[in-house]
Amino acid sequence: MMAIVAVKHLSVTLDGHPILRDVNFEIDEGESVAIIGPNGSGKTVLLKSMLGILPYEGEIIWQRGVTVGYVPQKIEADRTVPLNALALLRAKAGVIGCETNEIATTIARAGLTEEILTTQIGHLSGGQFQRTLIAFALLGNPRVLFFDEPTASMDEPGEEQIYDLIHRFQHEMKITPVVVSHDISFVYRYASRVLCLNRAGVCYGPPRGVLTAETLEQLFGSRTFYEHAPHS
Amino acid sequence: MTVSVFSVVLGIAAAGASGLVGSFALMKRMTLAGDVVSHLALPGLGLAFLWHLNPLYGAAVTLAIGIVLIDQLQRRTGFTSETAIGVIFVAALAIGTLVTPTEDLIDALFGGLEQVTAGGFIAGMTGCAVVLGTLFILRHKLITIIFSPDLAASLGINVRRVNFVYLCAFGLTILLGLRSLGSLLVGAMIIVPAAAGRRLAKTLDQFLIASSVTSIAAVGLGFAIALRWNLTPGPTIVGVGSAIFALTLLRRG
Repeated sequence: MMAIVAVKHLSVTLDGHPILRDVNFEIDEGESVAIIGPNGSGKTVLLKSMLGILPYEGEIIWQRGVTVGYVPQKIEADRTVPLNALALLRAKAGVIGCETNEIATTIARAGLTEEILTTQIGHLSGGQFQRTLIAFALLGNPRVLFFDEPTASMDEPGEEQIYDLIHRFQHEMKITPVVVSHDISFVYRYASRVLCLNRAGVCYGPPRGVLTAETLEQLFGSRTFYEHAPHS
Repeated sequence: MTVSVFSVVLGIAAAGASGLVGSFALMKRMTLAGDVVSHLALPGLGLAFLWHLNPLYGAAVTLAIGIVLIDQLQRRTGFTSETAIGVIFVAALAIGTLVTPTEDLIDALFGGLEQVTAGGFIAGMTGCAVVLGTLFILRHKLITIIFSPDLAASLGINVRRVNFVYLCAFGLTILLGLRSLGSLLVGAMIIVPAAAGRRLAKTLDQFLIASSVTSIAAVGLGFAIALRWNLTPGPTIVGVGSAIFALTLLRRG
């Protein structure tokens, strides 16, 4: 099977500072990939390079016709802007040229309520705003979905809902999720492969195969992260 | 003082365009940059008056320079661009004031109502159509960029190019209003109606409509009041716009 994306010798330098160095991995269709690493290890930069937002050296080879949805970690929503989720979805539909009835389908899939749709984005709660971002990413039926720390600003029930949502997209819509996460239990429960990143690729493979005590110590500099893992 | 139907029609059309351009300027938080662009028209107006050319030609040239300058500054985040903008702002005003012949200075700063020629009317209406058409074509992209430049880029939108084209539409709108409002006040007709519209609206569509209606009302009423009491139209129009904004402050929101 051909990889949905192959990353070869990827290096990124921003303002003269090397951020990523010689990262290599491939993602196959139907997989669920987690990206872990300490703060400043280049996780967000990796996603942005793969999306074509940041310049890079090396190769990022997407399978023909693959579209990618992106749920960024944080957007500083301007509270003064009179935009709501519906206006945003309409704007994206206009940009990518999709049918208006797809907006209704997406609203249902992401679980956007009437309240979320008509409230100004600056007045949404963290969870509501997250769902808006997910709906925005889903519109247009992408085959790959990037999530950057999707539960960073959420309480535990909220986290579970988002994980369930990601899981459902994977099984019902055949979407390949790529999730940057701090949550090791998510990695063990949902990821079929994990990429450990510390400016360079430290490991890549199934979590139970590659997440050894040594790898995690190399990645995080201590075992704290590992000790939070569930004993399953 | 008499005024032709053409002047009024052109004024109303330009008001509608500036209300819409202003709505996007407010959402893009580029009101300060807008002031600089409009003030850069002054040296152009002054030199054109000095050399007895059509003042709008002179203004068009310096406005174009202003647009390129602002575009370059916006790309340099991190650099103290606000300071640079402030310096350009006052420098343009100073140079413009020095080169403009004294008898033309008031008109250049605050606008004067001249009769519109047939050619001027056609050019002005074409300009309005270009501004409205550009905003209509770019609206989805502009909104996506306002929400998040990164998300816009991830959809394949060329953020820099869209921003530059918007800035050109902005400059053209300034040029359209320059004749009757002058370089000191023309920026106000981009910002004031949008500020009032923002107070009145909850959704994007309401915002765009409210800004345009406020702008058209300010220009229409301002013209009428200026004619009736023989006042300078530019300051009267901006005064009416500001009064409408003041009224919106009474509304809880």
